[in-house]
Amino acid sequence: MARMHVETTINGESAEFLCQPGESLLDALRNELNLTGTKEGCNTGDCGACSVMLDGRLVPSCMVLAPEVEGRSVGTIEGVAQGDELHPLQQKFLEHAALQCGICTPGFIVAAKALLEKNPDPTEEEARYWLAGNLCRCTGYDKIIRAVLDTAAEMNGTNGAATNGAAG
Amino acid sequence: MNERKFKHIGTRPVRPDGVDKVTGRANYGADIDMPGMLHGVVLRSPYAHARIRSIDTSAAEKSPGVKAVLVGTDLPDLPRDLKGGPENHVTLADLSRNCLARETALYHGHAVAALAATSLEAAQEAVQKIVVDYEELEPVLEIDQAIAPDAPILHDHVRTAGMRGDLPDGPTNIASRIEFSRGNLEEGFADADVVVEREFSTPWAHQGYIEPHACAARVGEDGQAVLYGSSQGQFLMRDLCVGLLQLEPGKLKVVPAEIGGGFGGKTTVYNEPLVVALAKKSNRPVKMVMTREEVFRATGPTSASKMRFKMGAKRDGTITAASASIYMEAGAFPGSPAGAAAMCCFGPYTFPNFSIEAHDVLVNKLKSAAYRAPGAPMGALGTESLLDEIAREIGMDPIELRLRNAVQQGDTSTLGMPYDRIGFIETLEAAKSHPHYKAPLGPNQGRGVASGYWFNAGMQSSANISIHADGSAVVACGSPDIGGWRASMALIAAEELGIPYERVRPVVLDTDSVGYSDLTGGSRTTVVTGMAIIEAARQVIDELRARTAKMWDVELDAVGWQDGCAVGVNGAGDNEPMTLAEIAAGFSATGGPVNAEASVVPAATGPSFGTHICDLEVDKETGVSKVVRYTVVQDAGKAIHPSYVEGQMQGGASQGIGIALNEEYIYDEKGVLENPSFLDYRMPVASDLPMIDTVIVEVPNPAHPYGARGVGEIPIVPPLAAVANAMSDALGVRMTDLPLSPPRVLGALSEDV
Repeated sequence: MARMHVETTINGESAEFLCQPGESLLDALRNELNLTGTKEGCNTGDCGACSVMLDGRLVPSCMVLAPEVEGRSVGTIEGVAQGDELHPLQQKFLEHAALQCGICTPGFIVAAKALLEKNPDPTEEEARYWLAGNLCRCTGYDKIIRAVLDTAAEMNGTNGAATNGAAG
Repeated sequence: MNERKFKHIGTRPVRPDGVDKVTGRANYGADIDMPGMLHGVVLRSPYAHARIRSIDTSAAEKSPGVKAVLVGTDLPDLPRDLKGGPENHVTLADLSRNCLARETALYHGHAVAALAATSLEAAQEAVQKIVVDYEELEPVLEIDQAIAPDAPILHDHVRTAGMRGDLPDGPTNIASRIEFSRGNLEEGFADADVVVEREFSTPWAHQGYIEPHACAARVGEDGQAVLYGSSQGQFLMRDLCVGLLQLEPGKLKVVPAEIGGGFGGKTTVYNEPLVVALAKKSNRPVKMVMTREEVFRATGPTSASKMRFKMGAKRDGTITAASASIYMEAGAFPGSPAGAAAMCCFGPYTFPNFSIEAHDVLVNKLKSAAYRAPGAPMGALGTESLLDEIAREIGMDPIELRLRNAVQQGDTSTLGMPYDRIGFIETLEAAKSHPHYKAPLGPNQGRGVASGYWFNAGMQSSANISIHADGSAVVACGSPDIGGWRASMALIAAEELGIPYERVRPVVLDTDSVGYSDLTGGSRTTVVTGMAIIEAARQVIDELRARTAKMWDVELDAVGWQDGCAVGVNGAGDNEPMTLAEIAAGFSATGGPVNAEASVVPAATGPSFGTHICDLEVDKETGVSKVVRYTVVQDAGKAIHPSYVEGQMQGGASQGIGIALNEEYIYDEKGVLENPSFLDYRMPVASDLPMIDTVIVEVPNPAHPYGARGVGEIPIVPPLAAVANAMSDALGVRMTDLPLSPPRVLGALSEDV
């Protein structure tokens, strides 16, 4: 089948690629554009490892067809840090040891960034429900949630550390 | 030895590989790309049990883009008694047949053929053109069916190995039986005031690593092959692949990628030997990446179990006798963790009389693989549930009951070996005095406690340290970093050498570049490969002292080592201390570069113990339950990097909670797995869990120079029982069949009415 030519914007820069009509955005990012920071965990939209931003909206890139991004704007993990300067979420993930194997980390950071852009001061429960579409099998989520809440506190200039102990 | 004051050990620096992993730069198994690379796919059996009469690959071979096709008979036909892998524990003929079926397809999803083509789409299209002539056989799907006298037999050659007991001699699905005992069981039960007995069952449960298995290979003109991929051991991958393909070990180099989770599930091979064989056959690089569905259908979860436990106690809380009969589904080939369950289930206690038997049962399901403390969580479910019931019966606090029967130094393990210094009692005491244990419960909530034991692996490790001319160090090893290991590597080397953490570069190398290390598994890497780093660092220091002695023109014993500097002692105290950087600057004049390699194979590494507290809230209308508070107390011996120790505790607990409440393989009557996706195989998500409190107890391990213990596996041992005990407390009904899913909870409530 003839490949399709797609012009789009990725991490603020114009980009173009060829893809099969039925190819997912995830595969196009990884295989056509060599942006392998976006990970595949399931290819069915259940794990969040392939989370990207599409016109400012959080989506699993395995559930988006690559030709759909024609003329639109895609944000991936590769665009989260500004050059050598890590995004506060990336820094907090490191400080809190919020990753073990790290395969889910790009998806979590993209999703958490989307959360903080929409809700700069989430409660623990709000963070847990927003990130419920991202699976992590290593951490039990504790340190991830703490890293996200700590990032929010720092970005807001408040000092609210993550709650400890009993939820509720 | 354990009085040592540490400078780096016990601190929480950022991991050296962290930036690559938060920016998406780290390369995992599926991220590799090579010029001219082909894509390999596998054809899988549509039947749970079927004889393979013939396989016709001719149409597939002619399909556009196809460069190589592989069937089981293309792999070497290995003798049944040929062993390979770590400590020669793996029956290679079975492993070969699991990678690619030969005579029989033994489970739905069993690989029967593989091919490589110029694109994934071409490969997927071509593989459908392979024609397999199957003769469908009756599948054996449950333990009771498998052990019945007239059961269809999976493997005609299998006879019950181990201690056969009363089992007949002849073809069987019971691949092995073992037993352990102590004292006199009948007298023990006769002495008891209270006797409880229950049957338990647990489901097949997958490790659930987020990264699907991925590997790639290329073969050079000289016959040298290179295998890339994520696994829990590059040397393990090499040894299994050379055994299966009958290559010389030196002909295959394995290059480790970053690994996206394993939990034991990446301690064996699936596509790895196939990708090497396809690369050889096609003379092109080949990559194979599993889909999530393939991961669920064909890579090893932990075994389902059926168990009967019995326990007797006096009213003062002394357990007088206990017995356990354990059956586990190995899947299509021998090798469930029933034996480890038997070894561990009474591990924390001083039961004077006990008897344990464990059976490894073949069924037409995928072959089980290691999963974090294999078998121990199931065994602990039996033991810890009955302890909970006895505590209620005699009106004793459940932690107090455990304290009365807890093992300590000098007591003997199930295998009859004396325990050295251990920290089990300390975990019980820490749990008892934790605020969580005294906190009031809300409506419809219950609290459960449970403990666990795991023996931890030893095995072989190597490490290499070399000193750069600027006095910084590279520490290299062959143990994959699956959860922060590089941070521990750097901490250990920094501690020994006395240089800043940032001056140590930890690297994980391929099988041609560093000495042999066994797998990252068995909670062994930080402890055992860590010992090799300590040993290598001490050799480096000895050499640095010798170089300094040369420069100062003094005897070796006049040079000491302190805080990263050579210092004059024994009469040489007038010399200004020399920093590592200063000594390194003179290497060319004093004898050349300094580096050292050390290898270790410790006789013992010391076991681990943990005690967990779980609060569960149950909606009695819907049967839905939720963990609302959870505390993990664990003896880490000495925490090298406490954040990653806590991470292991939290991650292990959440995996255990998943098995307890939701996770299970659901099969139809033909042996087809009905829930091979993350949507239907329901692992805990962030909104299912509370924060998981951790208490690290540090009772120094005499078997380790820093007192460290393995920490990775023990946290998954208590949760099944801790959750089940909390459920019983909330409902007033004992539940013994996992997972404690909403329909089961509603069923238990209606039975109780």
